Amino acid sequence: MDNQNMTKLIYLVPLFPLIGFLINGLGRNFLSKSLSAFVGSGSVLASFIMSVLIFMEAKTPGFSVVTVKLFDFIKTAKLDIPFSFQVDQLSTLFLLIITGVGFLIHLYSSAYMKEEQPHHYARYFAYLNLFVFSMLMLVLGSNYVIMFIGWEGVGLCSYLLIGYWFKNGDYNDAAKKAFVMNRIGDLGFLLAIFWMLGQYGSTDFISIFSRAGDTAPAVLTGITLLLFVGATGKSAQIPLYTWLPDAMAGPTPVSALIHAATMVTAGIYMIARSNILYTLAPVTPMIVAVIGLATALLAATIAIRQNDIKKVLAYSTVSQLGLMFLGLGVGAYTGAVFHVMTHAFFKALLFLGAGSVIHAMHHEQDIRNMGGLKKHLPVTHLTFLAGCIAIAGIPPFSGFFSKEEILGGVFAHNIVLYIIAVFSSLLTAFYMFRLYTLTFLGKFRGTSEQEHHLHESPLAMTLPLIVLAVLAVLAGFLGIPELFSTDAHWLSNFLAPVFAESTVHQQAHVVSHSTEWMLMGGMVAATLVICFYAINKFRNYEKTGIEATGFAKVLENKWWVDEIYDAIINKPLKGFSLFLNNVVERSGVDGIVNGVGKFVHYSSRQLRWLQSGQVGSYILIMVVATVVFFIIQLFGK
Amino acid sequence: MGITVVLFWFLTALAILSALMVVVSKNPVHSVLWLIAVFFAISGHYIILNAQFLAIVNLIVYAGAIMVLFLFVIMLMNLNSDTEPQKNRWLKIAGGLAGGCLFLVIIAGLKETEMKLQVAQVKTGDIGLIENLGMVLFKDYVLPFEISSVLFLSAMVGAVVIGKKD
Amino acid sequence: MPINYYIFLSIALFCIGVVGVLTRRNAIIVFMCIELMLNAVNLLLVAFSKMHYMSSVLVNPASTAGADAQIFVFFIMVVAAAEVSVGLAIIVMMYRNIHSVDINFLNRLKH
Repeated sequence: MDNQNMTKLIYLVPLFPLIGFLINGLGRNFLSKSLSAFVGSGSVLASFIMSVLIFMEAKTPGFSVVTVKLFDFIKTAKLDIPFSFQVDQLSTLFLLIITGVGFLIHLYSSAYMKEEQPHHYARYFAYLNLFVFSMLMLVLGSNYVIMFIGWEGVGLCSYLLIGYWFKNGDYNDAAKKAFVMNRIGDLGFLLAIFWMLGQYGSTDFISIFSRAGDTAPAVLTGITLLLFVGATGKSAQIPLYTWLPDAMAGPTPVSALIHAATMVTAGIYMIARSNILYTLAPVTPMIVAVIGLATALLAATIAIRQNDIKKVLAYSTVSQLGLMFLGLGVGAYTGAVFHVMTHAFFKALLFLGAGSVIHAMHHEQDIRNMGGLKKHLPVTHLTFLAGCIAIAGIPPFSGFFSKEEILGGVFAHNIVLYIIAVFSSLLTAFYMFRLYTLTFLGKFRGTSEQEHHLHESPLAMTLPLIVLAVLAVLAGFLGIPELFSTDAHWLSNFLAPVFAESTVHQQAHVVSHSTEWMLMGGMVAATLVICFYAINKFRNYEKTGIEATGFAKVLENKWWVDEIYDAIINKPLKGFSLFLNNVVERSGVDGIVNGVGKFVHYSSRQLRWLQSGQVGSYILIMVVATVVFFIIQLFGK
Repeated sequence: MGITVVLFWFLTALAILSALMVVVSKNPVHSVLWLIAVFFAISGHYIILNAQFLAIVNLIVYAGAIMVLFLFVIMLMNLNSDTEPQKNRWLKIAGGLAGGCLFLVIIAGLKETEMKLQVAQVKTGDIGLIENLGMVLFKDYVLPFEISSVLFLSAMVGAVVIGKKD
Repeated sequence: MPINYYIFLSIALFCIGVVGVLTRRNAIIVFMCIELMLNAVNLLLVAFSKMHYMSSVLVNPASTAGADAQIFVFFIMVVAAAEVSVGLAIIVMMYRNIHSVDINFLNRLKH
């Protein structure tokens, strides 16, 4: 089959970043900065080129799923888990996103991290390459175990990169928090894998999905719920989302790549991949949708009162992820994947733009001290505006198309969910434009020293911004809904084979075209109103030192979720471990160990009495022993 | 009941009684004398079994030499029943008990053997005669015989060395 | 004479010797009880030698089947004599030092 030539070379795609990781990691004391950047970015570029070639093949009609086996990973009598990659439409799409956006961010980082020392610089690129490698493993794996390897790998790299500036104790705490919360989710994922092994005897996608129809609903519910627990950890949903805002302690390009475009979408990918399981499970989709929606709403409410530019974007990410999960929960799989793609573009754009602003403001991140940057940072300003418009969902930018698809699916499913989803989308528009206005419009509120240093970022940083802005604007046209022109939804057609089974089982919710026009129109109008309202409200913002009161205070303190977690979970656990240390360890374990010593001491003192030196007693013992031996010999069997 | 059987039981009783008196006597000199009685009884048993050579050797060596040596030592130390140290009562009971257990265990163990019906020949039998024993001794066991002379030499030297007053 | 009788007699004498060793404190009496034990064994050996001789002479009139045991008894007596001489020398020396033959005094080995 000649449309599989490139596909057979799929192993090259994760191989390049792995080599980049090794070179940068092992040679970090020898390589110059430009060489490290070249190796790091070049490897991802090479992967991107391979991904494009493979995508070309996957695009041709009649392309069937290809499994490329590399070697036997675990092979015993009962268990066969090969190390193989599955190349199909879903994974090639994700490949493009990961390597494409990844390359742009590598390019951006080469300028952003210029102030670091050479060996730290090389370490940064090594970690980034390792991350890309793990993420590629995650999406390419043909069974849940390989996916889990990538899953763990991205969790590790997230920890390494959040705590990149390891000399700061707070950053290390944030990194630990991210890792521990990820781990909690991973436990759910692992349990799901074990259950699958018990139920199906294999973790292979193809073999499990073909047998999904014969499984008991209770088993399906259990497995999908456990998988979803893993997804909540990785993709920052309630209750495991608090690590994501704290993860902003890492360098901004890291936040862009990991916590906006790729790692956090791993959960979406996993559920999209397992779509048949979720369609057939009775209760889980509803749970997924509800949790996604709740997260979207909660994060949006918190975001409207955050003052750190990156924190706003972080909560926005959590909120958008919630929206994607909502889409998955109602069965709009294509819509969710579409939104992953567009979100990768505009969220990375927004983060990189924020990085540009922070760079210009010389590491200032509080938006109350910004303002009026439009004049000084023109390229950043325009691209950031493009990103804001896209995320708000204003046509014809990409966010509009993907959001509408999800919202359409929600409306067809359940009106109440739809209303709440619309409300959180409007909140999104509000806080994004608040952010935009406070940062770029109005008067500059920082110190005059900062004002002197304001300058546009170098080309290596602005070029990715421009590319991503173009994508954020145009990507929507990949998914033109039925409403506008029939059969123009390229993405849906492309991904159809992946979701074919699910589509069969789902009821087709038909919403009349007129209703759709109405909803869409109403939505756009409301969004535009909110945007202008936000711009107006914050255009003349004056920095006041007044503390927030009432409900605003609750929002500003993130609904005190972190504090609640601390009280409910951290303190009891700490108390428990203190108890274990003082009581069990000291008295118990130490007691046993010391007790053995004391016992030996004591018994030896007692035994010493035997050696009395009295010959008579020696002989007595001798005779007794002889009697005993006789008894054993003569009467023992 | 032939005379042999009567003699056998008489000698048995004498041996056991004398042995008990050895252990029980307070005066060491009495113990020695009772031991000599035991030796006589055992020699009597040897004669019944027609082990003539051993009977005579037993009397000469044991009763004649060894017991006399014991008597010399006792007389040398001037021991009599006054100076006899007494053992702790519990230890005596324990000792008696241990010995009794040993006795019972071995007897019980013997119940399993098949030798109950075998008979030891009495009154006749050539192997007890001195010529036959001599033949065996000097043909098959000449080496141990010679080495025993070395043993005696070492014992003599040892006794002299230990007993020297320095 | 059934061999059993000799076995019982020998065991009885042996155990009486054991009791004597355990019970008495005078070193010389202990020594004498050891001699008693040796003799019990001698008696048993001779009895067995006659037993074997008897069973083999029925088959082959010229056999000397039980002679080994009697030679063994002979050598036991040899060794006993040597042992007594050395042992008594030791006891005499001990008496010379501590003027007592109480075996409990021998715990000086411990120091």
